[in-house]
Amino acid sequence: MSVQDKKRTTHQALVTRVLEGDGRAAHNQRRAAFDNAGLTAPLSTLVNKVAKYAYKVTDEDILAVGEAGLSEDQIFEIVVCAAIGQATRQYETALAALDGVIEEE
Amino acid sequence: MRLKILNSGYSLSRKMLFTFIRVVSGQPVPDAAKLVFYRPDFYGKPMAALTHEAMRGISAWSVGDREMMAAFVAKMNECEFCIRAHSAVAARAYQDEVKVSAVLSDLETAPIEEPLRATLLMLGKLTREHTVDMNDMRTVLAAGVSREQIQDALAVCFAFNSTARLADAFEFDVLEPKGFEAGAKFLLSRGYR
Repeated sequence: MSVQDKKRTTHQALVTRVLEGDGRAAHNQRRAAFDNAGLTAPLSTLVNKVAKYAYKVTDEDILAVGEAGLSEDQIFEIVVCAAIGQATRQYETALAALDGVIEEE
Repeated sequence: MRLKILNSGYSLSRKMLFTFIRVVSGQPVPDAAKLVFYRPDFYGKPMAALTHEAMRGISAWSVGDREMMAAFVAKMNECEFCIRAHSAVAARAYQDEVKVSAVLSDLETAPIEEPLRATLLMLGKLTREHTVDMNDMRTVLAAGVSREQIQDALAVCFAFNSTARLADAFEFDVLEPKGFEAGAKFLLSRGYR
C-alpha cells in the first residue's frame, strides 16, 4: 500500500467507525452531526459551533443538550462526529482541488 | 473537561495507568490523552492510527515541519491547548524555539523555507475559510512543494482540525509549561500510538 493510500485508509477507517460502528447515539443522529445538517436546537447549536467555531462552545451548550435528553456518552459521540465531519469536508475539498490541478497537467 | 465521563469514566486499569504516567512524568495526564483513552474503540484507536501515520509516517516533511503545521492549524482554530502542545513539540524537534514563535506570530516574515511557508498559508486558508481552490494548490506547487507533500500536509491538517475542535468543545485544561514540555518529550520519542 502506498503512503498516500495508507493515509486515506486510516481516514476512511475513522469515518466508518464513528458513523457505522456500535455507539450510544443513533446512527442517523451521528450522521446528522457529521453532516451538520438536519438537527434541531439545542443539538444543532452545539454541532454547528463545533463545526464552525469550536472555541465558542460553552458549558451551557453542553448542558442544554443534556437537558434535552442526551446522555454524556451520546454527547461525546455527537461532538466527535461533528468535529470529524467538518474536518473531513475540508480535507476532501482540498484533495479534490489538488487532483483537479494534477489532472490538468 | 466539560463531560464528567472524560474526567472519571475509566476502568481501574486505565486509572492505574494515569497514576503511573503522573508519577513517571511528574505532571498531570493531559486531557488530550484522556480523550484518546475514553472508549478507545469508538474514537481513540482509529484517530491515534491516523494521527501517528500523518505525524510520524513516511513523508518528505520533517517531524518538526509537521508539528509546526499542527501548531499553525491550532492557531487558526484559536485552540490554546493545541497551540501550546504542538509548538512545544515543534520547538523540541527543530531545537529552535525562536523559529516556532516567529511562524506563529508572523508567517510572512518568519525565517523558514518558501515551500513550508506556502503550505502553511494554504492550510491556514483551508482552516479559516473551510475551503481552498485549484489556484491555491497551483501556488503551493509553484513554491516547489510536491503533490505528495501537499497530501501529507492535508492529512496533518485533518488530524488537527479534528483535534482542535474536540479540545475546545470538551474544554481541555491548559497545562503549566512543564506539563507541555513533558508531553512534547513523550510525543517526540513515542509518537501518537
